Amino acid sequence: MRSRRVTRRWEVFAGRNRFWCGGRLMTAPQPAVFLLTLALICGTCALHFAFDCPFLAARVSGAVPAAGAALAATTLAALLRTALSDPGIIPRAPPHEALATADHAAADGPPAARPPPRAREVLVRGRPVKLKYCFTCKMFRPPRASHCSLCDNCVDRFDHHCPWVGNCVGKRNYRHFYLFVVSLSFLCVWVFACAVTHLALASRGAGLAAALRASPASALVAAVCFLAVWSVLGLAGFHTYLAATDQTTNEDIKGSFSSRRGVSNPNPYSRGNPCTNCWHVLCGPLAPSLIDR
Amino acid sequence: MANNRIPSGPNTPGSQQTPTQQGIKIFIQRDYSEGTAVKFQTRFPPELEDRVDRQTFEYTIEKLNEHFEMAETADCSTYCEGCLACLTAYFIYICTETHYEKHLRKISKFISTQNERVYNPRGIHLTDPILRGLRVIEITIIDVANCQSPTVR
Repeated sequence: MRSRRVTRRWEVFAGRNRFWCGGRLMTAPQPAVFLLTLALICGTCALHFAFDCPFLAARVSGAVPAAGAALAATTLAALLRTALSDPGIIPRAPPHEALATADHAAADGPPAARPPPRAREVLVRGRPVKLKYCFTCKMFRPPRASHCSLCDNCVDRFDHHCPWVGNCVGKRNYRHFYLFVVSLSFLCVWVFACAVTHLALASRGAGLAAALRASPASALVAAVCFLAVWSVLGLAGFHTYLAATDQTTNEDIKGSFSSRRGVSNPNPYSRGNPCTNCWHVLCGPLAPSLIDR
Repeated sequence: MANNRIPSGPNTPGSQQTPTQQGIKIFIQRDYSEGTAVKFQTRFPPELEDRVDRQTFEYTIEKLNEHFEMAETADCSTYCEGCLACLTAYFIYICTETHYEKHLRKISKFISTQNERVYNPRGIHLTDPILRGLRVIEITIIDVANCQSPTVR
């Protein structure tokens, strides 16, 4: 008797990702650092809302907690979306398709006698691009895709595997990742400013020592934000540059489009205009998940 | 299409074939000449020579490419969709399908009509590329003697 239930592709998925809620949510194999990120953001925000917000709402404006809440909600939503969604995994080729690719590649010799070649070259907008053969996924990787060794999948428009969000960052979740980084830098600056304002207003009559004694949480929040804000702001700036030039972190690190020996090597994926690039990278249509979740 | 610089063997660069129990399979590869947007090569595979005429085949692939191009076009509606998703903390994706998914539905429908009207009667079956991760269009040549639609998935 065959059951009538349809087996979905993620259920027979070969990578190392884990799936939750009937395949709607997925995580990378090691979520520990992601949980640390989540705890840091939630903990700092909790201290901010418990200690700084009541004081500032009374002394400055009722809009302070509202603005903080909106920023925190955006950051958390973007973080969870980045961490729990499909980054753009390209499913592995089934055996008959892999065989065809291998046979075809070994067409010069006797069939199946040679291993498939490691790369082939195509022209993308007139520029040669190497497509590497992925021995795990049994296919030639599309341009810009890369194999994530941690998740053991090829990911389309692979940016990097981000341990902080506990997922690969790729074609499908780059926009959410960008929103996360940008909103987190705003949140960091906001929470830091609130903590400093709280301490400054409280120390007006009594002095800084008394203010610190009255509200040690504000000092802690300010310290955490001060340490975090530099790297987060830097990252936001870096990703704004990447989005404006339509590059990925992977391509930037490898120097895929840097000029070699004086010969310029422009990015064939860029649309030429920073605004158009941002528009397509961040606001273009969301590609479908190819693993049938 | 001269964008595929592999040494040419007995097969064409655009397609590859493999015999299986279900019949001969031909794979139409992606065309990256205009970027990473989904587009398939329109080169006619010689294995189909005595079954379909060139124009019919090219019409199908070109139409398919047009559908994918529409699915990948960024316009005001996709922008609004993104903003709305962001405002609802992405919960909107639970209850609505995206611009791309709507087009994928149209593509599936187009492929099944083409199969029904054109390809299955001639002993050929096209597999929806979404079932192959948008890597290839899989074409199965079924044995003409018992010309039925196979259950390819």
